[in-house]
Amino acid sequence: MTRTLTVKRAGPGVTVQDLGRPGHLAGGLSRGGAADRLALAEGAALLGQDAGTAALEMAGAGGEFEASEDMRIALTGAAMQASLDGTPLVWNASHPLPRGGRLKIGGCEAGCYGYLHVGGGIESSLQLGARSAHLGAGIGGPVQPGACLPIGQDPGTRGTGMRLDPAPRFEGGSLRVVAGPQTGLFSRAQTAAFEAAVFRRDTRGNRMGVRLVSDAAALKPGDGLKVVSEVIVPGDIQITGDGSPFVLLSECQTIGGYPRIGSVLPCDLPLVAQASPGTAFRFQFVTIEEAVQIEHLEQERRLELGRSLRPLLRDPRTMFDLLSYQLISGATSGDDLERKYQ
Amino acid sequence: MMAIASEWPRISALGTDGFLVTFADRLSEPANRAALAFRHALDREGWSAVEETSTSLVSAYLRFDPRGSSHAEIRENLAHLLSRKNWLDAPLPQGRKLWRVPAVFGTELAPQLEEAAQAAGLTPEEAIASLTRSPVRVQTIGFAPGQPYLGELPLAWDIPRQSKLTSQVPAGALAVAIRQLVLFPVPAPTGWRHVAQTCFQLFHPDTDEPFVLRPGDELQFEAVGAETLERMKADPIGGARAETLR
Repeated sequence: MTRTLTVKRAGPGVTVQDLGRPGHLAGGLSRGGAADRLALAEGAALLGQDAGTAALEMAGAGGEFEASEDMRIALTGAAMQASLDGTPLVWNASHPLPRGGRLKIGGCEAGCYGYLHVGGGIESSLQLGARSAHLGAGIGGPVQPGACLPIGQDPGTRGTGMRLDPAPRFEGGSLRVVAGPQTGLFSRAQTAAFEAAVFRRDTRGNRMGVRLVSDAAALKPGDGLKVVSEVIVPGDIQITGDGSPFVLLSECQTIGGYPRIGSVLPCDLPLVAQASPGTAFRFQFVTIEEAVQIEHLEQERRLELGRSLRPLLRDPRTMFDLLSYQLISGATSGDDLERKYQ
Repeated sequence: MMAIASEWPRISALGTDGFLVTFADRLSEPANRAALAFRHALDREGWSAVEETSTSLVSAYLRFDPRGSSHAEIRENLAHLLSRKNWLDAPLPQGRKLWRVPAVFGTELAPQLEEAAQAAGLTPEEAIASLTRSPVRVQTIGFAPGQPYLGELPLAWDIPRQSKLTSQVPAGALAVAIRQLVLFPVPAPTGWRHVAQTCFQLFHPDTDEPFVLRPGDELQFEAVGAETLERMKADPIGGARAETLR
């Protein structure tokens, strides 16, 4: 029987995302994929599946979902209010989603992009080797109410009722940067000011990139507006006409004409993507050798995330409806016991 | 002059897993040709750590797996490949195509022909003749999927972009500025002036060959009437015909 997840209701920014489609820069198509790739890895670890498994990315707000079969789910990224048939669900954890149960996911409490992962993954059709919606390129689009998302077979070896402690990434902080081909267009005084200033996330931002603003740094390069259009990679920091940095994310364009002062390390991009307006950042240059080492260690850490899972413990004193819980593995629809023992 | 010339070509790291090889600090025909030829040579080299190559107007880019080769190794290999010849004189890669593309110039389909012609100091008829006389090369593809930047146009077309954006041109619009043409794969706002309309679809995400054009291909536009173009709408490539360039 086909396993599906029915979308009863969805916010405007709910899309299917995986690791995107690398390899099409020459055709003008950026890689795209999840805005917070660490959240994708965390969900994969919670469910014991491949980090490239497609999940639902929920920008700002979630929706209501119903499963055609018993399924496993995990919730990662931006913390959102979630409940199963009215019972609150812990974020950054895995849970059973029984057939017919109503999963409700509300707005963000912290961060910008929440993720709903399903055991077996979302198996919508592949386009150019990936399932990611790429809004800028017109590939796929937001999921619509009434959609039935096909879900893959789930070996389910890791069960549910596990949690992990996510790397903190909603509070801004330091962004590590490598110099690039156009860093030399900026004076030493400007790069020093760039490192010294505190930048705050502007209200403008989406999957293409995020604008930062600062009172302190005047970053307009002398010949900036004459720069020939050049290859862009995610993480690049464009300095736009008014001197504000614009950090490019997974759905950026492939070439662009604004001068770039450097590139944020990929492992720090989840901090940028998840920052809500007003969040403070500083930039810090590292050498390319340091950057390669930092990236390597982070990739290794992500592969080992599964080892850091802990059982999802509940405090019986806070469980007002104790009988509706399946105490071994998380929340259920509440009538499972009756159905099982009828 | 010599001191400036010796700065190019330049090898720079881009991001944590890429290199950019840049042949000039502004667009020129030799620099664009060098970028195309150098990328072609990179692809032929087939270095094991390389995951992707592309070109911009004046640069070749490669992305690699830093676990497979170090930055120092890739940089050294790039320097060695660069030293093999003067890439500014390199011939264009083989296997490029010439596309003949029907287009309606002016009319309500492309309302800025007269304005653009005036900016270039030409009559509308002279402008059409100038834009259809000889082929233009795909200098790079980017911004949107399959979107070509075409050039180099005669000097008269060194006209600035509009100070105000056109809120939207349709897919297939051909627009001009700064001695270049852009052909839009998707509806887009633009500062370039909309001088002709085609029904050439440039991006086919559901096929094995999603991108119709490749950098280095050439396009020759053919002026047709609106009725002819209307008939070509059923064709996914809008009546365009390709032949391989020798």
